[in-house]
Amino acid sequence: MKHFDVIVVGGGHAGTEAAHAAARMGARTALVTLRADAIGVMSCNPAIGGLGKGHLVREIDAMDGVMGRAADMAGIQFRLLNRRKGPAVQGPRTQADRKLYRLAMQGLTAEQANLEVIEGEAASFMTAGGRITGVRLADGAELPAKAVVLTTGTFLRGLIHIGDQKQPGGRMGDKPSISLADNLRDLGIETGRLKTGTPPRLDGRTIKWELLDMQPGDDEPELFSFLHRAPFVRQISCGITHTNEQTHQIIRDNLSRSAMYGGHIEGVGPRYCPSIEDKIVRFADKTSHQIFLEPEGLDDHTVYPNGISTSLPVDVQEDYVRSIYALEDVKILQPGYAIEYDYVDPRSLTQSLELRSQPGLFLAGQINGTTGYEEAAAQGLVAGLNAARVAVGQEPVQFSRTNSYIGVMIDDLTTRGVTEPYRMFTSRAEFRLSLRADNADQRLTGFGLDLGCVGETRQIAFESKMEQLASGRALMEALTLTPREAAAHGFAVNQDGARRSAFALLSFPDIALPDLERIFPDLSALAPEISAQLAKDALYANYVARQERDVEAMKRDENWEIPADFDYAAMSGLSNELKLKLSRARPQTLGQAARVDSVTPAALTLILAKLRQMKRMKTA
Amino acid sequence: MDTIFALATARGKAGVAVIRISGPRAWIAAEALAGNLPEPRVAGLRRLRLGAEDLDEAVVLCFRGGASFTGEDVAELHIHGAIATVAAVLQALGRIDGLRLAEPGEFTRRALENGRLDLAQVEGLADLIDAETEAQRKQALRVLSGAVGQVVDQWRSKLVRAAALIEATIDFADEEVPVDVSPEVLDLIGGVAQDIRRELGRLSAAERIREGFEVAIVGNPNAGKSTLLNALAGREAAITSEIAGTTRDVIEVRMDLAGLAVTLLDTAGLRETEDVVEAIGVRRALERAGQCDLRIFLLDQDEIPLIQPQDGDLIVHGKADLHPTEGLSISGKTGKGLDRLIAEITARLSERASGAGVMSRERHRDALIRAIGALESAQDEVLRGGERAELAAEGLRQAARALESLLGRVDVEHLLDEIFASFCIGK
Repeated sequence: MKHFDVIVVGGGHAGTEAAHAAARMGARTALVTLRADAIGVMSCNPAIGGLGKGHLVREIDAMDGVMGRAADMAGIQFRLLNRRKGPAVQGPRTQADRKLYRLAMQGLTAEQANLEVIEGEAASFMTAGGRITGVRLADGAELPAKAVVLTTGTFLRGLIHIGDQKQPGGRMGDKPSISLADNLRDLGIETGRLKTGTPPRLDGRTIKWELLDMQPGDDEPELFSFLHRAPFVRQISCGITHTNEQTHQIIRDNLSRSAMYGGHIEGVGPRYCPSIEDKIVRFADKTSHQIFLEPEGLDDHTVYPNGISTSLPVDVQEDYVRSIYALEDVKILQPGYAIEYDYVDPRSLTQSLELRSQPGLFLAGQINGTTGYEEAAAQGLVAGLNAARVAVGQEPVQFSRTNSYIGVMIDDLTTRGVTEPYRMFTSRAEFRLSLRADNADQRLTGFGLDLGCVGETRQIAFESKMEQLASGRALMEALTLTPREAAAHGFAVNQDGARRSAFALLSFPDIALPDLERIFPDLSALAPEISAQLAKDALYANYVARQERDVEAMKRDENWEIPADFDYAAMSGLSNELKLKLSRARPQTLGQAARVDSVTPAALTLILAKLRQMKRMKTA
Repeated sequence: MDTIFALATARGKAGVAVIRISGPRAWIAAEALAGNLPEPRVAGLRRLRLGAEDLDEAVVLCFRGGASFTGEDVAELHIHGAIATVAAVLQALGRIDGLRLAEPGEFTRRALENGRLDLAQVEGLADLIDAETEAQRKQALRVLSGAVGQVVDQWRSKLVRAAALIEATIDFADEEVPVDVSPEVLDLIGGVAQDIRRELGRLSAAERIREGFEVAIVGNPNAGKSTLLNALAGREAAITSEIAGTTRDVIEVRMDLAGLAVTLLDTAGLRETEDVVEAIGVRRALERAGQCDLRIFLLDQDEIPLIQPQDGDLIVHGKADLHPTEGLSISGKTGKGLDRLIAEITARLSERASGAGVMSRERHRDALIRAIGALESAQDEVLRGGERAELAAEGLRQAARALESLLGRVDVEHLLDEIFASFCIGK
C-alpha cells in the first residue's frame, strides 16, 4: 500500500493547482480523478482570466502555479481588459483552445515531480481520532495520507436540468459523486445547494460568420505567466451578435418551461452570470443583449455563445437561438443546461481552507461556494500549500487582504460566507491600487520562495527582474527637476520650490515616460519593460502611501488573534443574531471579525475588551 | 465581566443620591444590602444593611439585562444625599465579592459595547449631561437620538451609489453597462459635497451652542465695562472701581441668554499705556476680543472705537444715567437700557444659532474636511475621464471611510480612548 503526504480528490482547476502546489512543496502527492484524460477540462466557457480573475491567475503564476502557464500555451485570443483604464484595473484574459489547455495541463502534470495520478472514484474518507487519514476508493482500495484536499466542483450530488427534465450528473456526460456527499454528511458537515448554468454549444460551420462583427485579440498580447512573452499558437477572432425582440418573445412565452422559472431548482444562482431567462425577466425594458461567439479551439468547430446560458427545453433553445442574427440555420451540438450541486459553508473553514471540524481535510473550488476556474485554482493553490505543510507538521500559511486578491477571496469566503456563487471583482479589493496584475510577482514570488514552492527557473528570472527594478527606481529617484525647470518643460507642477524626481513626476496625470526620456536621456538605457513597470508603480505611489495607514490599521486588528474556542454565546452584550454569525464564521482575528456581516463597532469593542481582559489575565 | 458601581448623581450634599450598580452580580449585591429586591422596574423602599451595620433607608430600583441603560442587569439605590451616607454605602458595596468601583465613563462604555448606543450617541449623552441651557439640551438630545447616524447614512448611501456606478464601468467593462456614468456620479458627489459643506458651516454654530458663545465687552478705560458685566450677570463677578485700568486680566462670566450659553468677557480698557502690566492686559484684551463671536463696544458720546467693529457687533453708549442719548444706551449703575441690550445680544446670537447642524465637535470637523478633500479628488478624477476611474473610486472609498469614522466604524480603539477621556465617573 502506497503512503502519500497529500491526496487531492478532483482533477479540475482547483484539484490540479492544489496537487501541483503540494508537489512543488516536496510533498508526495496523489491526484485522484475519475479519468486521467479529463484533467484540465474546461466545463464551461473556453476562456481564462478577466477582471479580478486575471489578477488571481497572475498571483497563482507568481507562486509558480500552473494555470497561467497552461492558459498561455492554449491561448488563442489574448485581450487585456480595461486596457484604456489604469493598470490597477486591467485584467489579462484569453480565449483558450479546450484541447490545448487540457493537453498543456496534462503535460505539466506528467512533468511535475512528486505527483502521481490515480484513476478512480473517491467514495469515502478514512478517519482516525477525529482526523482525516486518507481516502477510500469505490473499488475498496485505501489510500492513506496525512492530508486530503477535496475539490468536487459541481459533482457533489450534481443534478442537471434541461427544462423539466433532470438527471444526476457532475457535468454533461459525467456521473455525480453521491457516496462522497453522503460521507460528508456522515461526518457532520453541513451542505447547501447552489446552481450554475451553461449555454448551448453551436456548430461553427452553420454560423454565418461573414455577416458578423468580429472582435480580434490585442495587437500586443499580454500573457499570463511572468515567464512567457509571446503566444504559443495562432490567434483568432470572436464574432459578436445580439438577441432581438423575437428572441425575447420566444423566451417569455416559454418561461414556465424553464427549469429555473418552472420551480425545479432550489439552488441559488449567480446574479452576475445570469441565464438569458433571468436577463429578459429582470431587465424587461432591454430589447437586445450582446452575445460573443467564441470558438472553442483552432481545430474544433464547436462555438460557445457567451451570454445566453439557459435551462429551457431543447426545442425552445433551438427556436430562440435560430431567431438570432447570423444564427438562423445554426445547429446545436449540445443543449444548454443548469446544474445544481452541494457546497459547504466556507465559514466552517480556516484561512488555510482546512475544515475546522475535520483537521487534515481541505476544501477548494466550487465546493466552497465560488464560481469560476480562476477562483477555484487560487483556492487549490492555498489548500495544496497548506496540506503539504500540515503533512510535515508545519504551521499554516495565510494570504492577506493587504498582499493579494487570493487573500481577499479567502477572507471574504471564510468570514462572510456566500449567498450566491462567489466571483472575484477588482472592487472587492480595498487595496486595489497596490494589488495589481502587473506586480503580482513583486508581491508574491518572494513569499513563494520563502515557502519553497517556487522553482529555479522562476527564481532566476524573478531575482534578475527585481534587481533591474531596484536600480531603475534608484535612477528615477536620482534624476530631479526644480519646479521652474519642470515648468520650462511644460509640466504643470506647483511652484513650491521642491525638487521632484523623475519617479515623482510620473505620478502626474499629464506626464508620461517618453516626456521624461526626452529630458533625461539616461532613462532610455533601462529595459522598456522595466521602465514601463516603474511607471505603473509611480502612478499610484501617492495613493499607496496614503493607504499605508489603512493597511497598518488592518494589520493591527489582524494582530488581535481570537482563540478558536472563543465563547461568543457567553458574551452578554451580543445579540443572538451576532452570536450565531460569529460562532459560525469563527473569525481568527479581530480584523476578520470586523468583516463578518452586520458586526457593529460596539460588538467589536466588546470582543476587543474581552481579548484585552484575557491577555491581562494571561500576563497576570 | 466585572460588576461595577458608582455614584451616578453629582458629588456633594443633596436631597437624594443615586448609586448605580451594573453587571452580572448587580442584583446579588443589591440584595445583599436590601435583604430582598422589588420586581424589575418597580420602586421599593428598603432598609440597607451590611451585616449588623445599618446604612440608610433607600428606594431600590432594578432593571433586567437587555432592558437597562448599560444592557446588563442594573440596580439603583436612591439614598439620602449626605456625604457620609454615600461614602458608607459605596464602602459597603466595595466589600462585596466581585464588585469594584467603576472607572470614569465605564457605564456608558458598557452601554456602547452592548449596542445600546452608537459612538455619536455616546457623545450626545456626554453633552446632555453637561447641558446647561435649553439649546444645548435640545442639540444633545438630537445627537443622542441618532441624528448624526441618520445624516451620515444618507450621505453614505449616495456615495455607495456613485461608487457602484464607477465600479460597474471597471468590473463589467466587457458587458453592457453604460460607458459614461459621469453625469450621475458627479451629481451624487456634488450633492453630498454640498451637504457636507453646509454641515461644516453649521458645525460652527452647533459648536457654539455646545461650548457657548463668547461675547466681549470692549471700550476705553473706565467706560463702565465691568459695571455693565456685573449688571448683565446680576452679580458681582468683576471687580469694579472708579480707577481707570483696574481690570488687567480677562474676566469671564457664564450666563444663559434665552437658552443659549454665553460667556461674557470683560476686558482691560483699550488705551496706550506706559504701565507694563496694564499693557499686557490691553494686548490680551485685544486678542481675545477679536476672537469672540460678538463684541459690545461701550463708548462715550462721539467717541471712536480703538479697534474696528466687525459685522454684527453692537455699539452702545454708556453711563446713560449721566448722559442720556438717542440709540442704544445703557447705564450699568441704574440698569437703564439693559433689557434692550440683552434683547439685542440674544437676537444676534439666536440668529447665528438657528443654523446649527447636528455635528459639533472638532473630531466631526476633521472627518468632514477629510471627506470633502477625498470627494474633491474623486470629482477631479471623474472629470479627467474613464481612464482614471480607479482613482475616482479610491477617492469615494476614502470619503466613505472618513464618514464612517463619525460613527466609530474605523479605528475603534483610538476613538474610544479619546471619547471616554472626557467622561466623569458614574454617568
